[in-house]
Amino acid sequence: MIGRARFAFGVLAFGYAFLYLPILLVIAYSFNDSRLVTVWAGFSFKWWHALFHNEDMLSAAWLSLRIGLASATLSTILGLAAGYVLARVPSFVGRTLFGSLVMAPMVMPEVVMGISLLLLFVGGEQFLGGPDRGFVSIVIAHTTFSLAFVAIVVQARLADFDRSLEEAAMDLGATPWVTFRTVTLPMLMPALVSGWLLAFTLSLDDLIMTQFVSGAQSQTLPMLVYSSVRLGVDPQINVLATIVVCIAAVALIISGRLARARPAR
Amino acid sequence: MRGSRSMNRTRISVGIRAVIALPYLWLALFFLLPFVLVLILSLGTNSPDSVPPVELGFSFNNFRRLFSDHLYVVAWLSSLRIAATSTLVTLLLGYPMAYAISRADPRRRPLLLMLVVLPFWTSFLIRIYAWMGLLAENGILNQFLRWLGFGDHSGTILGTEWAVHLGIVYAYLPFMVLPLYATLEKLDWSLLEAAADLGAKPLGAFLTVTLPLSLPGIVAGCLMVFIPAVGEFVIPDLLGGTSTLMIGKVLWDEFFTNSDWPLASAVAICLLVLLVGPITLFQRQQAKSLERR
Repeated sequence: MIGRARFAFGVLAFGYAFLYLPILLVIAYSFNDSRLVTVWAGFSFKWWHALFHNEDMLSAAWLSLRIGLASATLSTILGLAAGYVLARVPSFVGRTLFGSLVMAPMVMPEVVMGISLLLLFVGGEQFLGGPDRGFVSIVIAHTTFSLAFVAIVVQARLADFDRSLEEAAMDLGATPWVTFRTVTLPMLMPALVSGWLLAFTLSLDDLIMTQFVSGAQSQTLPMLVYSSVRLGVDPQINVLATIVVCIAAVALIISGRLARARPAR
Repeated sequence: MRGSRSMNRTRISVGIRAVIALPYLWLALFFLLPFVLVLILSLGTNSPDSVPPVELGFSFNNFRRLFSDHLYVVAWLSSLRIAATSTLVTLLLGYPMAYAISRADPRRRPLLLMLVVLPFWTSFLIRIYAWMGLLAENGILNQFLRWLGFGDHSGTILGTEWAVHLGIVYAYLPFMVLPLYATLEKLDWSLLEAAADLGAKPLGAFLTVTLPLSLPGIVAGCLMVFIPAVGEFVIPDLLGGTSTLMIGKVLWDEFFTNSDWPLASAVAICLLVLLVGPITLFQRQQAKSLERR
């Protein structure tokens, strides 16, 4: 027994060290005084200062934030509809296609989705005169990708949840819309919040599809990070990484709390 | 009675129809239609002087080029090879982790799981970037090796296929651990006790009871790593060198560097053909696991 416990501890220690050491090193070096990642030259906030005065970085972050808010909200609405249909509408014409369509963006290579959406937008520009490539096209791309994740969270929550409450409300004379608003929606709230957060994070992080569908003028945060990282290690990126990790931790804790706040079954 | 019920049903279906239509139309327009465009474009030819740089047509020249040029065939095959070997390594690392978490104190499990998921919520790009500083020629890993005394012949890992494997394992480990944990958690441990009571050694019990019962998790985890790894772009681009050919990177270069949209579309089609099998398997698996709930 002791041997097994020790084995489990060793496995987990190794696994978590593998997952976290690289991130922790990046965070540590965001406080490094030297430009080189290899040399520790003392503690300093100078890269933090530089990042917060980097105009390009700030405007890219602002654009990413706006895109994230828009696409997370849109994908939550569409994902709610898709997840509800998958969990509660057992049969209609084209349901199999519907199911595959909702899930497919999750497993589709991003380069393929990127190029195909770009062709759509170029075609749209040619024949319809719009939309302009930039904010709108990026929001559409991100929404198409992340609505699947929201749909899965919604579907799982609905599958876990007893249907009899909804049926009781209907039997007592509530219309489907009233039932949805007063019974289904409140119990879905935690799933919707964590789905929204997931969609927001995915949008904030996406590089590949964004690079394909963005126009010449718009540069999101990941695009800027990518072009700077290609040239080598940059201490300002370490600062950015530190901020991102902190935000992610907070978002995850909120979403974890909500997931555990399940009504007693 | 019958009348009111059927009326009720039609009333539901009008509202529901709108709920179905909304995501359906969105996905048809922004997911299905774009693929048709890729298919059409892959049969066209490149024309650098026009805007967009494409001439539509009906020829299989792009595909012929992909199969006759050594470079593309190698990229295709090495994508499969790199994705397969890294999936295997991820499984070997992820299985013991998922196993250990599923047998940990139930009060500690949420925290342990959250620690697996947290990296997934941070930026993918930044996590790969973290390895650039670690693996570079004067990076932390080489410094550490030199300090240990392996200094003279330690080459640089950054820019090799090793680094690409490492990056894939690192980036996709959470995708492996989560489905494995989900099946291991539901496993009936009394079966193992029964096997032990009947005289099975721990390894024998593991191989005949635990492993077969966790097979759905193994399949799901492997597919969730393998599928995105085949089309990966960021990892081979940032961690691999010029010698590491992967199909996602080839597509990117054809599109952004050579501006050959039709050829890039043909590469996209080939990538999809490669993934049709795994994706179908994955969707079937997902549907089955939802039914089981």
